[in-house]
Amino acid sequence: MKVNYIGKISEENLPAIFVPYFLESVHAGFPSPASDYIESPIDLNKHLIKNGAATFLVRAQGQSMVGSGITDQAVLIVDRSIKPSHNSIVVATIDGEFVCKRLKLKPRMCLMPDNPEYPPIFINHGQELEIVGTVTAAINKF
Amino acid sequence: MAFALVDCESFYASCERIFRPDLKNIPIVVLSNNDGCVIARSTEAKKMGIGMGVPWFKVRESFLKENGQVFSSNFTFYGDMSARVMNMLEGFVPRVEVYSIDEAFLDFDTLKQNYNLYDFSCHIRTLVRQWTGIPVRIGIAPNKTLTKIAINEIKRRNIPASVLHLSNKKEIQNALAHTSVGKVWGVGRKLTEHLNKAGINTALDLAEINPQGIRRKFSVVLERTVRELRGERCLDIDDDISSKKQIVVSRSFGQRISNLKELRPIVSNFAVRAAEKLRNERQKCSQVSVFVRTSPFNRNKPQHSDLKTIELFTPTNDTRDILTAAKRGLLPIFKSGYDYAKAGIILNKFSDEKTKQYSLFKDPNEPKQNMRLMKYLDQMNNYETQIYYASQNTKKWSPMKQNMTSPKYTTNWYELPKVN
Repeated sequence: MKVNYIGKISEENLPAIFVPYFLESVHAGFPSPASDYIESPIDLNKHLIKNGAATFLVRAQGQSMVGSGITDQAVLIVDRSIKPSHNSIVVATIDGEFVCKRLKLKPRMCLMPDNPEYPPIFINHGQELEIVGTVTAAINKF
Repeated sequence: MAFALVDCESFYASCERIFRPDLKNIPIVVLSNNDGCVIARSTEAKKMGIGMGVPWFKVRESFLKENGQVFSSNFTFYGDMSARVMNMLEGFVPRVEVYSIDEAFLDFDTLKQNYNLYDFSCHIRTLVRQWTGIPVRIGIAPNKTLTKIAINEIKRRNIPASVLHLSNKKEIQNALAHTSVGKVWGVGRKLTEHLNKAGINTALDLAEINPQGIRRKFSVVLERTVRELRGERCLDIDDDISSKKQIVVSRSFGQRISNLKELRPIVSNFAVRAAEKLRNERQKCSQVSVFVRTSPFNRNKPQHSDLKTIELFTPTNDTRDILTAAKRGLLPIFKSGYDYAKAGIILNKFSDEKTKQYSLFKDPNEPKQNMRLMKYLDQMNNYETQIYYASQNTKKWSPMKQNMTSPKYTTNWYELPKVN
């Protein structure tokens, strides 16, 4: 665990992001000319997660989806409330394991990797496939 | 007129299964703090005859031999999953009472008349399962006590849809006849013995007694239960989340602690956490209690347990004030020569954060009351940084002896589930 000793805390040395600049009461003098134009800062959570209760983050492993821009160790945003369709990137369980692949419903249903070096996964008789959710975004850190 | 009770099926075990598809149909048990007793069992584990609350060492061998999977409790994860389920439920109806980590009452009165409550509940069940992965049972009935009976009936009759609507008298009576009186909501073990002696064995027996007589012979509370079993409604949905009257932060230690130097930082941790919770509730408190105790299971060691309450003249929710009070409370109750097993902080006497009451006299321990500073600290601690007070224990202090905990799948970047 990281421990930060920051000594005496005053407003000046707090990181800017936590200071609600424009929510402060107006002191004597002129109010900020910008205060009418303030919008809330860009929020990645809002942008990436539409349904918090149904969204889970998982970590991708391996190169099988590299063609879709999912590199090894990417964080995937999985929304369980979105019904997958043909060509959706999904997280599914097959043989008791989680996989992330592209769902193909035609000509024959399969889980298609996005890397020519990996073969498609067809669902054989007696095999159980469960789609957990639809991948809505991948975060690759550089 | 109907309420519904949504009850998560073997909640902890179901949570453990969400990110472990390999555990489908495999018996799962979850153990209490310090891995002492079984506190949750999957259906498969129940079928093996593993009882609720049995000491783990007694069933360990046979359970593992059958390839059962055991987990230490992972409350961080269960808490997050619970919040997701409750969040969803609040989207279905306007009035929801979160009753426990895995149960919530829903007010169906607010729905349109002639609404098919059974179909609606099936819809809720399907969606909760789909979105969160948690299977739930839903019991619908005229009042809270009967929704509990409905849930029992779903379990007893093993109803595959996991939804039951006790809508008419005949169905209710049939359900009551099959419920033993000890399973009625609010009837404890002692009371059950008394009732059995009086010849009351089933919930139906209890429902058929004159409520006034019950009040004379037993209590107002039991009278209320009888009235509800008869179909009256005595208890409303309590969706007032501000009704919290007390905050307790306490934990058993993984290892016994016998000196003040070690104990103080831990108590400080509790105080800091309690103050955070207090601010979350937007309340201030004017009473801080500290308690310590040795282990009652350690019979051959000297026992000591004590509690000290510190009154604050001016209500506060500033961590520094709570810390000061906690330290003042700990000193007189700590006695050396004992092996302490548990300690905790209790906050009482709440008042609204916004009201400020001035004292006629100057408070000798004038509270610091810097709400802004606290707000910044809370915000920062919500992120990845961690700011500590000097008296706290900054080591990643592991409170429990737990070896079989699953990852914090949903709350820790480094423990996310992996997919191939």
